[in-house]
Amino acid sequence: MIVPIEHYLILSALLFAIGASGVIISRNLIIIFMSIELMLNAANLSIIAFSLMHNLMDGHVLVFIVMTVAAAEAAVGLAIIIMVYRKRDTINADKFNLMKR
Amino acid sequence: MALDIVIFYICAIFAVGGAVMMILQRNPVASVMFMIVSLIAQAVLYVQLSALFVGALLIIVYAGAILVLFLFVIMLLNLRGERFEEERPKLGLTTKYTLAIIFFFEIVIIIKQTVFTGSISQSPVTVASDFGNVKPVAELLFTKYLFPFELTSILLLIAIVGAVLMAKKETNDKGEQI
Repeated sequence: MIVPIEHYLILSALLFAIGASGVIISRNLIIIFMSIELMLNAANLSIIAFSLMHNLMDGHVLVFIVMTVAAAEAAVGLAIIIMVYRKRDTINADKFNLMKR
Repeated sequence: MALDIVIFYICAIFAVGGAVMMILQRNPVASVMFMIVSLIAQAVLYVQLSALFVGALLIIVYAGAILVLFLFVIMLLNLRGERFEEERPKLGLTTKYTLAIIFFFEIVIIIKQTVFTGSISQSPVTVASDFGNVKPVAELLFTKYLFPFELTSILLLIAIVGAVLMAKKETNDKGEQI
C-alpha cells in the first residue's frame, strides 16, 4: 500500500463532484439516477481507503450495507420512473414541475 | 513500488473518464455502458486497497444486477429515440459546470487541510494476509454487525414490496385496468 490516501480521497471527491454535476446538468431521469449511484460509489471508495488506513475491516461491512441500500434504492427509483413515464409519457426532468406552480 | 502508482493512475483515469462520458451521453444505453467501465475501474481500486470481497461484490451487484436493471428499464420504456427539445433552462450550462468545479475544489481544500496522522504513505501499515477476504468480513458481519445486517434484509423486503406496488398497473374498483 504505497499510494498515499490523499490520492484516493481526491479521486473520490472527483467522482462525487462528477455525480453531483450529473444530477445538475442532465435532464434525462435515468442518467440523473445513475449519477446518484455514482455518488454512493465515490463515498464507498473513500470508506475503503480509510478502512485500510486504520487496518480495520468494519468499513467493509459499512460498504456492504451501503451497496444494499443502493440496490433497494435502484429498485424503488426505477419503479417510480416507470410509473412517471406511464403517467406523463416522458422522462425529461424539466417537465416535472407540479410543485413549482 | 512504482507499479502501485501506475495501476492507481490508470484505474483513476478510467473511473473518471467513464463517469464523465456517462453524464455527457445522450443515449442512455451508452451511458450505462460507460458507467460499467467506471465501475470496473473502481473495482480494481478496491482490490488494490485489499478489499477483495467488496470488490467482487461491486462487480457482481452493481455491474451484474443494478445496471442490468437500468438496461431493462431503458429497453422497456424504449427511450433510445427520445429527444429532449432544446429549450434553454433558466440556469445556463456554464453556471452549472462552474458550480460543479467549485464544489470539487471545496472538497479538495478540505482534504488538503486535514492532517492524517496515520497516513499510509508515511508509515505503511502491515495488514494481515486475509485482510478483506470473505471469511473475516463475514465474521464481522455475523457477530458484531448482526443487527444492522438483519435490518438490511427488512429494507430489501420493503423495497421489493414498494417496487412491485408502484410498478404494477393501476386498477379501478371492478379490477379493470385503467
